[in-house]
Amino acid sequence: MAQEVEETMKRIQSHRGVIGTIVVNSEGIPIKSTMDNATTIQYAGLISQLSDKARSIIRDLDPTNDLTFLRLRSKKHEIMVAPDKEFILIVVQNPID
Amino acid sequence: MTAPEYIYIKKRSEFGKRAYFSDRNEIELDVRPQRELAHDFIRIDPASKYTQTEKIIALHEVNTTTATFQNRGMLHTEGGWPKDINKDDIEQTVRYRRKLEKDEFFVHTMLQLMTPMEHCVLQNNACNIYEQYFQDIEPRPLVQQTVSRTVNVYRDPLPTKRPVTHISWSPDGQRMAASHCSTDFKRASANYSTISYIWEVENPNKPWAKLKPFCPLLALEYNPKDSNILASGLTTGQVAFWDVRRGSELIEASSVEHSHRDPCDKLLWIASKTGTEFFSASKDGQIKWWDTRKLHAPIETIAMDLTQPDEQSLDRAIGVSSLQFEPSMGTRFMCGLENGWVISGNRKGKTPQEKLMVRFKAQYGPVISVERNPTFPKNFLTVGDWTARIWSEDCRESCILWTPSHDVLLTNGMWSPTRFSTFFLTKANGTLDVWDIIVQKDTPVLSIKVCDEPLTCLRPHEQGALVATGGKNGSVYLLEFSENLTVNQKNDKLLFTAPLQRFEINSYFCLSHSRICPCFIYNNTIFFATIKLPPTPIRVQIEAYANTVSSRYEAAAKRPKRYRIDCAGIHTANTSKLPVVEIQE
Repeated sequence: MAQEVEETMKRIQSHRGVIGTIVVNSEGIPIKSTMDNATTIQYAGLISQLSDKARSIIRDLDPTNDLTFLRLRSKKHEIMVAPDKEFILIVVQNPID
Repeated sequence: MTAPEYIYIKKRSEFGKRAYFSDRNEIELDVRPQRELAHDFIRIDPASKYTQTEKIIALHEVNTTTATFQNRGMLHTEGGWPKDINKDDIEQTVRYRRKLEKDEFFVHTMLQLMTPMEHCVLQNNACNIYEQYFQDIEPRPLVQQTVSRTVNVYRDPLPTKRPVTHISWSPDGQRMAASHCSTDFKRASANYSTISYIWEVENPNKPWAKLKPFCPLLALEYNPKDSNILASGLTTGQVAFWDVRRGSELIEASSVEHSHRDPCDKLLWIASKTGTEFFSASKDGQIKWWDTRKLHAPIETIAMDLTQPDEQSLDRAIGVSSLQFEPSMGTRFMCGLENGWVISGNRKGKTPQEKLMVRFKAQYGPVISVERNPTFPKNFLTVGDWTARIWSEDCRESCILWTPSHDVLLTNGMWSPTRFSTFFLTKANGTLDVWDIIVQKDTPVLSIKVCDEPLTCLRPHEQGALVATGGKNGSVYLLEFSENLTVNQKNDKLLFTAPLQRFEINSYFCLSHSRICPCFIYNNTIFFATIKLPPTPIRVQIEAYANTVSSRYEAAAKRPKRYRIDCAGIHTANTSKLPVVEIQE
């Protein structure tokens, strides 16, 4: 099973334009990352806060609803966030090649 | 009998608590109705006082203590590790990470999260959903609708309504002065009030100030330099000046013997160093220059004696029906006469003959309005009988543009102060027409029914969007126009001057086709040849003239003696006879 996770992550990383993949746990600790340490910590800290906030917004608007995915489009790249209760998967991609 | 009075004392802590009501058999005061008092009851209508049995509770506003807020940033560094793990120790953190990775729950979650994530990554690569189409195309300005809106109506508060005779904006643009006077002078004995008003633009309910002269005002004009000073022309022919700081009475009026012999209905300030000079005109055919510092007698008088100007006979003088002054043209002035002539005068002339040199036969009836274009002072607008005409000072024989005859009489006309191709016309059926020469020359771009009564006067605001117009019913209407009638576009200057020049030349052709025409066109260039021998051609290049030159003359243009000029494509009064040009060598 763990093998499968590893393979899927590699596949995602190999897609065109993907800059980095980070897995963060609910405490904000980066568990796996393909980026350098400083960037990883920054992404982990900021994105976990943002996804918490985004989730609370969705919940406030409708308590029966839940956040499933977050896409941040910026001038340079797109940050895709797949949040879960325990872990957050972050992929940074430069979509315009 | 003292009034029953009870003082209720309540502690602050009990405020807002629910009141408990209970029944108790007790009468504190019993006032029985006394029927005989009803006879004394008088109903007052209208009631100007009010009574209130309850105590009046005043509303107070108290400022609360201000809460101060501060914005602070926060720097997040690495954290969130369990207590027993030192984050700087790589071995410990790696071990902790590996432990989490081995977790069954981690694998399960990851597999769940990977699928949508991969979908998004592939989606991003498949198509650029944020792609901007048509990015290289420059946005064009939106086509605006030509609209107007009545902003305010300033009604004469008096029961007998008197027509508005003149409107003037204060130099700061905050107020406008409107003179009211019944122009039916035969019935002047009727009980008309003499009051005129100054309105604040924001407040149409009540005039900001009332001016109470001894006889009605026909013209009331703000001093362009001082928004407290006004000058006015009275029905007695006198002129007067006002200072609004000094109340509603006029400061000084000219003496009757030195004033106009007919009601003074045209008055304008002129550009002088002291800012105290103005000039006035009247139907008696005189124009008088005044100085407010010595208003007793005019500084200068000129009679509109056109046949023998130097004799200055008032019997031959023709009534002045409109007056114009352009501050940028110093001593020059213009006036329209009751016989349809327009005089472009110069105060600097030595004799009256010189002063009244330049004349135009403008209208068939009295010239109601003559006004120079604010941007191109050479071109002026005259309004009279049923048409408005645009003239150029260089072309005295004929106007260069005119409106079709309206079916009702025109009452006033003015250029827009900002957009140079726009002018406004008021008509006797209560409509206000807006013309834009660039857009169309045969019909107004906008025609607004302002009121049922005839409109009498008109004055655009200096900034262009607002136009005040007065009606015979004594109301001043403030209209606001859309931006395309107030603001000049990039190419408008060319679009405006080119047709005017073309029309100018064209009318020259029309008038000169019977004699030898001293000009010809070749290669889009107009050559003006002087009739003197030998001819010395002067070249004048006119753009936007290409379509009027027929190309078949290019071949024959080696050294021809004669050209035929094709006037097709131009609006002319007479295109059937083509002018023949002969160039003598």
